[in-house]
Amino acid sequence: MPVVDLAWQSVRELNAALHRLAAETNETLWEIANPNGKHAIVAGVDAPIGIEIKGHVGYYCAGMNKQASVRIHGNAGTGVAENMMSGTVHVMGDVSQSAGATGHGGLLIVDGNAAARCGISMKGIDIVVKGSIGAMSAFMAQAGNLVVFGDAGDALGDSIYEATIFVRGNVKSLGADCIERPMTEQDRTRLADLLGRAGFRDGVDPGAFRMYGSARRLYHFHIDNVSSY
Amino acid sequence: MASSKPRTEPRFSATFDRYTISEIQRAAATGIYDIRGGGAKRRLPHFDDLLFLGASISRYPLEGYREKCGTDVVLGSRFARKPIHLKIPVTIAGMSFGALSGPAKEALGRGASAVGTSTTTGDGGMTDEERTHSSILVYQVLPSRYGMNPDDLRRADAIEVVVGQGAKPGGGGMLLGQKISARVAGMRTLPEGIDQRSASRHPDWTGPDDLEIKIEELREITDWEKPIYVKVGASRPYYDTALAVKSGADVVVIDGMQGGTAATQEVFIENVGIPTLAAIRQAVEALQELGMHRKVQLVISGGIRNGADVAKALALGADAVAIGTAALIALGDNDPALEAEYNALGTTAGAYDDWQDGRDPAGITTQDPELEKRLDPIIGGRRLANFLSVLALEAQTIARACGKSHLHNLEPEDLVALTVEAAAIARVPLVGTDWIPGQSRT
Repeated sequence: MPVVDLAWQSVRELNAALHRLAAETNETLWEIANPNGKHAIVAGVDAPIGIEIKGHVGYYCAGMNKQASVRIHGNAGTGVAENMMSGTVHVMGDVSQSAGATGHGGLLIVDGNAAARCGISMKGIDIVVKGSIGAMSAFMAQAGNLVVFGDAGDALGDSIYEATIFVRGNVKSLGADCIERPMTEQDRTRLADLLGRAGFRDGVDPGAFRMYGSARRLYHFHIDNVSSY
Repeated sequence: MASSKPRTEPRFSATFDRYTISEIQRAAATGIYDIRGGGAKRRLPHFDDLLFLGASISRYPLEGYREKCGTDVVLGSRFARKPIHLKIPVTIAGMSFGALSGPAKEALGRGASAVGTSTTTGDGGMTDEERTHSSILVYQVLPSRYGMNPDDLRRADAIEVVVGQGAKPGGGGMLLGQKISARVAGMRTLPEGIDQRSASRHPDWTGPDDLEIKIEELREITDWEKPIYVKVGASRPYYDTALAVKSGADVVVIDGMQGGTAATQEVFIENVGIPTLAAIRQAVEALQELGMHRKVQLVISGGIRNGADVAKALALGADAVAIGTAALIALGDNDPALEAEYNALGTTAGAYDDWQDGRDPAGITTQDPELEKRLDPIIGGRRLANFLSVLALEAQTIARACGKSHLHNLEPEDLVALTVEAAAIARVPLVGTDWIPGQSRT
């Protein structure tokens, strides 16, 4: 198993090595030691490999990830898994702002809490946060699912499009055009499937979550809705 | 019996002119602001207010048809492993597929490639057609991140982080429902037919310190190959240029308020931002103070119409210019041959700016399958190539007259201003004097 120690190797060397991997590589499990909060660690990986990062990471860890399964044994800075296309990113600690921002696909799991703007402009990514999330999360969220075991901050789902939000705790306030919707059996099945993919197969009741989505009142500008803008 | 008493002519107010009255009436009837395309239409200090001095006894000209005058430019030489080389210093500004039809994007690519310059994507991602037809393609990273993906980042020749544009510094994108076709909606992961308003702020960075880290991430993803531009709408060009340089940009793009938009509120276009002419010297000043002039390249856009504008922008310190509106006109926008159809839309050739409506009779700013067939991308590309060639030829003509063997050798000392305000803004002497307003005479 390749081990890259960022105490003496650069992020540039690490990322270049990962970008050179062939699709059929047999170097399928990598370990990153001493990340020490550095930025853009394993950004732009496009290979079906596993990556274990032993420590805290800075901004944009696993940015634009494709295929790789990344596990961060620590906390993550701003924009972890931003614009992820596929694969999995699992943060075992807390994450800063804009986690999973604009992600098009894949799965982001956060064992701790997420700060503001979690899932902002998400475009198909699934995000599961075991703790709570900050204000303005899922702002302009276009597609995908955001699941929160704890509480959500102010203005959840402001100007949301077709993404779905599931929250088990309290929601401080909903943003413009975001409403609670009744969960159907299909919704519960979808949530259960997502929880299963995130590793929560037992002991989590999908029925304990409340579901939020777009009222679709702002899809076309109308002067009567001007106070919502 | 009719009175023979003399009467004065009806007098229109300069304050409440006909346009202003019609806008008040329109606003009262609809309850919504006016949305249109294009850039600022009001009269502004511009390149027309400058003149070149040309050679004289103390300056030696080059022969117009015999002596070489270079036009090439390299963009991205600061950090990128693969800077881009343009044969002429005129690029095509970012315009989205969605705002423009597929054939229009193809025509832009064909025309630019024919003369060795670049085109730029827009707020909607990269299409295969524009990648195929653009030999040098700049990929925009916008707040919306519609269609953003690492594969397109890597197949681009350069990356442009868009902070703002001249028509609306501080405003987000807008594409009305009539232009959100199934393909446009699919590329943007949005429901078909909605009024799309994209964000004005980037989702994952705030301020210059974050931008520096964002640029670092983009370089990491692309293995430090691609030049990275930072584009801002002209408002505080001195500080924005300095902060873009501090953030690690290879190229700074400043777009003045004459720069076009596909769809923005009229009040925004006409009242926010500063003219292109006013932005150049402040941006150049920032680069010079940092010792980065000609090391971080400066691209200027907004109201570039002819080779004289190109030459003046370069003389004031820009490395290249970008055109958008002029490129669309070259393709066939506002063609007088379509006058009857413009009349049917309530306008006239030369004034058509309802690019947001998607009913463009020239087939350029539309997603209507029938209308877009009207633009032949091969013919359109040829027309654009012709226009770009003329811009270069005209700029060369002026540069040779000033004794310059390369367009980049033009300098502020070659210019004078026709008005006091242009002299103050461009920091060149008022014509017939040695007076630069705001600068003490020594």
